[in-house]
Amino acid sequence: MEEEEQNKGKKNKYSIIIPTYNERLNIALIVYLVFKHLREVDFEIIVVDDGSPDGTQDIVKQLQQVYGEDRILLRARPRKLGLGTAYSHGLKHASGNFVVIMDADLSHHPKYLPSFIRKQMETGASIVTGTRYVSGGGVHGWNLMRKLTSRGANVLAQTLLWPGVSDLTGSFRLYRRSVLEDVINSCVSKGYVFQMEMIVRASRKGYHIEEVPITFVDRVYGSSKLGGSEIVEYLKGLAYLLVAT
Amino acid sequence: MKHIIKISSLLVAIMAFWIGLLETSIVPRSNAWLLPIYLIVSLGCYGLLMVGVGLMRFPTCPQEAGLLQKDIVEAKEFLKQRGVDVGSD
Repeated sequence: MEEEEQNKGKKNKYSIIIPTYNERLNIALIVYLVFKHLREVDFEIIVVDDGSPDGTQDIVKQLQQVYGEDRILLRARPRKLGLGTAYSHGLKHASGNFVVIMDADLSHHPKYLPSFIRKQMETGASIVTGTRYVSGGGVHGWNLMRKLTSRGANVLAQTLLWPGVSDLTGSFRLYRRSVLEDVINSCVSKGYVFQMEMIVRASRKGYHIEEVPITFVDRVYGSSKLGGSEIVEYLKGLAYLLVAT
Repeated sequence: MKHIIKISSLLVAIMAFWIGLLETSIVPRSNAWLLPIYLIVSLGCYGLLMVGVGLMRFPTCPQEAGLLQKDIVEAKEFLKQRGVDVGSD
């Protein structure tokens, strides 16, 4: 599994998969920031757009004109088909030996990408996951209720699942490509719970997981896609992971 | 092994221990009967304490919001010059 790094002649390539739905402005900002912060690294950005009606794909095409079609890949799907399948769809078109998964709403800042890559190189980890709940990390834009729910959910999950990572629902992660392929194929959850299932399954399979602190600024543009049934979905997901993993 | 089995075996072990205590009456029977309730109460306290501590020490990053705004302005300016339509939102 380590042969990619040991073979110094072959450089690592990172495929950054960003699923989008109505993110025309955010995707442009993200792409700019990725190119700004990853100067010395070989990477490609794969935008998986689920048929956004706001013209997200037009913006991506304009970005391809600026940065090159080999650096920004648009792999659209006809309609909203869910987060989990968006990743496997993007993965099919990824040419890197590492894959980064991040949200398009700017709550995940590309400036942390170098620390993910550095951490992976230092430790040889199969997965590096961003955590908001350690020093150096943090969250901005949450009210007390949101913080309370988040803490409660976290304590519940830590007590019941013993996952070995501090931030289960964060979705800013770097995976060794083969590991992501393996884990993604065994996941069945949808949406919100999917991120949690991915990391719990990876942990159960014994993959080496490392964490880096990230900050999370709640979305600036566009509306948040988390509904009121979030808590119910979370509890269902927790119960599912208890019996399934 | 499924995780639920791990947790169940832990619970079974605790129950076996408790039944053992009841049968051997090392501690008075009336006290031993209450032990599961103590366990549940202390688990609840632990949970509340962890949530409370987590809430008090919740890491926030108000400076990041400002930095992000600066990044957004910078990105918009750059992209506008290159002909990417970032005006309307």
